[in-house]
Amino acid sequence: MSGEGVDTSKRRFLTAAATVVGGIGAVYVAVPFVSSMMPSERAKAAGAPVEADISKLEPGQMLRFKWRGKPVWVVKRTDEMLAALPTLNSRLRDPDSEEPQQPEYARNVNRSIKPDILVLVGICTHLGCSPSFVPEAMPQPYDAEWKGGFFCPCHGSRFDLAGRVYTGVPAPLNLEVPPHKYISDTLILIGEDKGAA
Amino acid sequence: MGMLISLRDWIDARFPMTKMWEEHLSKYYAPKNFNFWYFFGSLALLVLVIQIVTGIFLTMNYKPDADLAFASVEYIMRDVNWGWLIRYMHSTGASAFFIVVYLHMFRGLLYGSYKGPRELIWIFGMLIYLCLMAEAFFGYLLPWGQMSYWGAQVIISLFGAIPVVGDDLALWIRGDFVISDATLNRFFAFHVIAVPLVLLILVVLHILALHEVGSNNPDGVEIKKNKDENGIPVDGIPFHPYYSVKDIVGVVVFLMVFSIVVFFVPDGGGYFLEKPNFEPADPLKTPEHIAPVWYFTPYYAILRAVTIDIGPLSAKFLGVILMGAAVVILFFLPWLDKSEVKSIRYRGPIYKTMLTLFVLAFFMLGYLGTQPPTGVKTMLAQLGTVIYFAFFLLMPWYTKIDKTKPVPERVTFK
Amino acid sequence: MKKQLLALLLLVSPALALASGGNVHLDKANIDPTNKQSLQRGVRTFVNYCLSCHSAAFQRYNRLARDLDISEDDVIENLMFTGEKIGDHMTVAVSKMDVKNWFGAAPPDLTLVARVRGVDWLYTYLRTFYIDDSRPFGVNNLVFPNVGMPHVLWELQGWQKPVYKTVTDEEGQEHQMVEGVELVKAGSQSPAEYDQTVRDLVNFLAYMAEPVKQERQQLGIKVLLFLAVFFVIAYLLKKEYWKDIH
Repeated sequence: MSGEGVDTSKRRFLTAAATVVGGIGAVYVAVPFVSSMMPSERAKAAGAPVEADISKLEPGQMLRFKWRGKPVWVVKRTDEMLAALPTLNSRLRDPDSEEPQQPEYARNVNRSIKPDILVLVGICTHLGCSPSFVPEAMPQPYDAEWKGGFFCPCHGSRFDLAGRVYTGVPAPLNLEVPPHKYISDTLILIGEDKGAA
Repeated sequence: MGMLISLRDWIDARFPMTKMWEEHLSKYYAPKNFNFWYFFGSLALLVLVIQIVTGIFLTMNYKPDADLAFASVEYIMRDVNWGWLIRYMHSTGASAFFIVVYLHMFRGLLYGSYKGPRELIWIFGMLIYLCLMAEAFFGYLLPWGQMSYWGAQVIISLFGAIPVVGDDLALWIRGDFVISDATLNRFFAFHVIAVPLVLLILVVLHILALHEVGSNNPDGVEIKKNKDENGIPVDGIPFHPYYSVKDIVGVVVFLMVFSIVVFFVPDGGGYFLEKPNFEPADPLKTPEHIAPVWYFTPYYAILRAVTIDIGPLSAKFLGVILMGAAVVILFFLPWLDKSEVKSIRYRGPIYKTMLTLFVLAFFMLGYLGTQPPTGVKTMLAQLGTVIYFAFFLLMPWYTKIDKTKPVPERVTFK
Repeated sequence: MKKQLLALLLLVSPALALASGGNVHLDKANIDPTNKQSLQRGVRTFVNYCLSCHSAAFQRYNRLARDLDISEDDVIENLMFTGEKIGDHMTVAVSKMDVKNWFGAAPPDLTLVARVRGVDWLYTYLRTFYIDDSRPFGVNNLVFPNVGMPHVLWELQGWQKPVYKTVTDEEGQEHQMVEGVELVKAGSQSPAEYDQTVRDLVNFLAYMAEPVKQERQQLGIKVLLFLAVFFVIAYLLKKEYWKDIH
């Protein structure tokens, strides 16, 4: 059968070539199947940007919108709320927003485009619960010097009124600021910031 | 490297991995004279894998609901990334499966592969064929197009033609008074899990039965009759690496033909994806021509060839019987063939003529099954039916009297 | 043996290729799926004339923007109704129930009509409406007898009347059969212009029935080239190993 006169090196080369080309082919075949599990055009269309009308938003209040199945909060902060923010820096994990939880235009002291309007994805960065809005600057059971913010009931994580996370809580990161831009002073497009500063 | 060997030994102490590898691949001795007709077994296995994998991914997005099914197929075609490719591979694969399986079966007819001691391989194969037809039938309803709906309507009404129990049977199959969402959902369950499981089990049994006896070959010579001093058939070669390497070539050529269809003519000239099926099912509007998919048309032609009632038995019912008989008679082939000679290479002129007529009749019946049944065409279908059955029913006689040639001791190999 | 089988098969096959069913002669649409201008004209005609009654419920606007090289802004301005988003499907302006009540039957969705009917049929259909006072909308059609659709494009084509021919059937009876059509009142387009308008529209319908067609064919060429290369390697590998076998 086999044995004498077998050109082993040719055999090894051809086997290797066939394996390599076959392997490449296998990857090419796998790509469409794997890719088919990515969001479809329908999911992308449903995940399209959402218009948020804030003409009726009063100072100190919050409106909720839905974008990509997630809650998005828009808070109109008062001057006192904004003034309190820098005083909290020493108690925060990431006071200067160094972690990539916000677009460049929200990487400022207020974490927003317009100083008073805060836009946040309302999902706790610990394990995904939706925190409660606790805007009043009143002592709380979890913080005697509470200056207003968000409290997550699941595991006690706390965030200030710029969505920044406190130290000593399970959540590791500031609340996410979604891409957004202002179509007008009272209309925000959540989910898209093309052409924004 | 040493680690791999230790791993292999660890597994072998607990599971017959190397034993199976040797028994079925590296030390399974197959005749060295396999020709073109011997590619189709491994190709059938390949198509089975293609259908299962593409089927799984289609199921991720398909909705088995009468109101949603048609739209979900268009969703796959347009909105799911690469959905169109997965869908076309599945629809082409269905037709490819039948082409490959028909050629695989034909090999059996050419070389007497069904003859003893391989009768059980043939029977398992026939059961696979039945399952395949069921699988295709259930699958074809799923797109919920006009042809899906009305084709299923026709076939289920055939069950209704059975006397006494027919109507109840059809009601039970449908799960409703007409083909509806209930029917669609259960056909989905059959198509996606029930029949594939049975198919897989049968394929394993089919291959095990083959390996127990050893493969036949184009000369019909039993290679196990001639073993060397080590007990290895002198005309045998280990399946691996020789046939694994040869089958890879077969696979590549198959994939080229498969790709030509998938990428350039996915609707197969209107035979793989039928035009009426691009319209959603409408129970109130019957299409002009209802024909089953091409791979069923020979049997459909036989069904329609019966045009007379016999007493209380309607022509429709008799047609159903005859159609069933046309499939069932294949099971009996090992016992109908009385020839001592296996391979067509050494058979006499009668068998060669009968086989040729059979093949022509099968093609003609297949074509006639796509056509509306008019006068001449019905007569031709009747002729084709007679030839079809004559091939089998006269076989005990003509295979006995046929003038065969002497069969060699060793295989012919160039 | 195999050769004889094959020869026999080839001999008989022409006899099997009998034509199935005699129908009206269909003109060739001669569409060019790669001609983006034609497709753009076609989608404009479609939106202006067809979308009021027929939906194209499987086609998304953003997909045709991408495939037909139209900017999304242009699509929103010229092809979309108010309130729709660019990712939406091309659904009908009026409600399906209203349309069904007006026409007696719901006008079918047209996304896949080119795959059901074929481009030549559609091209001939849209050009062979003729005046027939016995019909509810005053028109009939050569390839779709007693069609329930009015001649929506009459402004462009004008009006045609039927041309009859006398046929004698098996019982010796004489009947008038519509054999063709001829233009009796000109529309805003010449016959050649109208043919082009219909060609563009049918081109768009063909695109809409399978938007991925061009991409699929291009990918197919790459796949076949890859397989050709793989074939050579696999074949050499087989030949090399089979040197062992005598």
